[in-house]
Amino acid sequence: MEKTIAARTGNEAMAEAMRQINPDVCAAYPITPATEIMQIFAGFVNDGKVKTNLITVESEHSAMSACVGSAASGARTMTATSSQGLAYMHEILFIAAGIRLPIVLAEVNRNISAPINIHCDHSDTMAERDSGWIQLFSENPQEAYDAMIMAPRIAEHKDVSLPIMVTTDGFIISHGMERIELYPDAEVQKFVGEYKAPYNVLDVDHPITVGSIVLQDYTFEFKKAQHEAMKNAKRVILEVGREFAKTFGKEYGLIEAYKCDDADYITISLGSTAGTTKTAVEELRAEGIKAGLIKIRSFRPFPAEEIAAILSKAKAVAVLDRSESMSNQAGPVATEVKNGLYDAGMKVPLASYIYGLGGREIFIEDIKDVYKELKNIADGKSKPEQAKYIGLKV
Amino acid sequence: MSSPKQAAAVETKLTGGHRACAGCAFPIAIKEVLSSCKYPVVVVNATGCMEVTTTIFPFTAWKVPFLHNAFENSAATCSGIEGAYQSLKKQGKIDKNIKFVAFGGDGGTYDIGLQSLSGAMERGHDMMYVCYNNEAYMNTGVQRSSATPRGSSTTTAPAGKVINGKQQNPKDLTEIMVAHNIPYVAQTTVGMWPDATKKFEKAFEITGAKFVNIYSPCIPGWGIETSQTIKLSKLVVDTCMWPIYEVENGKYKINYKPATKLPVTEFYKTQARFKALLKDEAQIKLIQDWVDAKWARLQLMEEATNKA
Repeated sequence: MEKTIAARTGNEAMAEAMRQINPDVCAAYPITPATEIMQIFAGFVNDGKVKTNLITVESEHSAMSACVGSAASGARTMTATSSQGLAYMHEILFIAAGIRLPIVLAEVNRNISAPINIHCDHSDTMAERDSGWIQLFSENPQEAYDAMIMAPRIAEHKDVSLPIMVTTDGFIISHGMERIELYPDAEVQKFVGEYKAPYNVLDVDHPITVGSIVLQDYTFEFKKAQHEAMKNAKRVILEVGREFAKTFGKEYGLIEAYKCDDADYITISLGSTAGTTKTAVEELRAEGIKAGLIKIRSFRPFPAEEIAAILSKAKAVAVLDRSESMSNQAGPVATEVKNGLYDAGMKVPLASYIYGLGGREIFIEDIKDVYKELKNIADGKSKPEQAKYIGLKV
Repeated sequence: MSSPKQAAAVETKLTGGHRACAGCAFPIAIKEVLSSCKYPVVVVNATGCMEVTTTIFPFTAWKVPFLHNAFENSAATCSGIEGAYQSLKKQGKIDKNIKFVAFGGDGGTYDIGLQSLSGAMERGHDMMYVCYNNEAYMNTGVQRSSATPRGSSTTTAPAGKVINGKQQNPKDLTEIMVAHNIPYVAQTTVGMWPDATKKFEKAFEITGAKFVNIYSPCIPGWGIETSQTIKLSKLVVDTCMWPIYEVENGKYKINYKPATKLPVTEFYKTQARFKALLKDEAQIKLIQDWVDAKWARLQLMEEATNKA
């Protein structure tokens, strides 16, 4: 296959994937830093490069509402948003998942107000972790592009039928230009395939009622079916990842374990920070410190067993959270990791950190300090702290 | 225009056995809409009595495709379905001529759904929005809405010892829709079947965004007998509190002018919600003056927009 080497920002990469997927409908509303995705895509629409009907709604609430209507009509449906926009969709995110509509959302991670701040953290996406959406994080534009191509396959799989959000980190990835490999349109379209919804409201000869009121007698069963679908999503993400590797040459899993085989000290993070961490790991290893990284790609479904298995030989672990849950205990990622360790019967020393809120930069040195702290913890020189802020001004 | 007799001969797309109150107006409104449509139709519905009483899982009263999303977004949801339809039709994946209707009560339309409605109308989707207006949040237990008339007692604006019911006139949503410059806006009432069906039939033939506001009495919310639905939905028209008119491409037409304009108190004395208002002469005068001024304005609008 002839791949095109190009320089693309995360937003450009996501818009490019959308052009290639060529969805039937997009409904979207502008918000920084995701605006550009739909701006670029609107150009594709008006230049006749896609067949998509772009519905330029008056709010994110209506964007997700229109997506629900469109997806329930059997149309392949996509949108993009960020931050307050995702929060404004909140109510309808649950409905989209509850009525099992495979909508694809390009989400650019950005701080949630207040304070108002347009820069990256994961507080918007983490606030929707219970909404029933599959959530994939990307380390760079390439991963965002690849994940967008896999997203419809995962969401529309008959054993899943759930909406999916593919996330990038605001500005860091969305506006950061990197080398990227683009695949030919025909190959992407062949991989993604046609969408055939099992039921739809435009099938007027077979009328269905969608979004019924369901009371005490059946809501429980509806939720259990959704729970099973999210379990299935774990398998399907891996299956689609393997198929993607066969076609495009790069395999994706639920997590990426980087130099963990012999690692004494492992940090866990997601998104762009994982890239920074890889450099820190290299530098530490040159100093003789056996550092490793677990990058979580799929936050929903959460790969608890997979993480626990890799941590089984680690001497100390740190989880880096780019959002707060205000629980006084740890951020959302650390909380999930700890759950998994408890279920695996493991009691590895674990320190949790909060970093990068509102776009505060994190440097290689900051991450190296985390590893050095893990060594101190493993050596019994200090105790693991929870929700420790990295790089706070004093 | 179909007569009720003709409509009775057509298969009803809303089956009996739903859980709406005896005497409820909105099943009549649904039948008026669906019997006026010669084409396959897809229905979207806001959260409210209509949705709650017709779709209790695993049953459904709807014999047409039906989608309920949430309270405030039936217009946006319908715009998504219509958007999908336009896309699939253009691609040759659908060849049928399908119509789209979104229903919402006054709470879901005048208040929480106003933005969603405004957006869908401005974008000009080929859909009809039908507001069944019963002048309060009935599904949640008769709270005031911006459609509730002044002096009406509701659970959040009760007739108290100091404040007597709602203290504001209702918002004029129909005029707000006229201001959207859409091809068709109308007001009707469930009790005037020929007028209602004529309007729905006309609206289904017009391409673009359409809005119809249909007056729909509520038995428990208004404190009336189940037999009074039709009678009161007509009586209100004779007081000119709910004029029957339409605005087609900007031109106003009053479809019914009462031979004798009745005082508003004739309407108020029929319902428990206005019991305390009837003793409040100052407030009644305010309302009567307001209704008179609105009626006069409407007649002027008709005259002004029909000048050669």
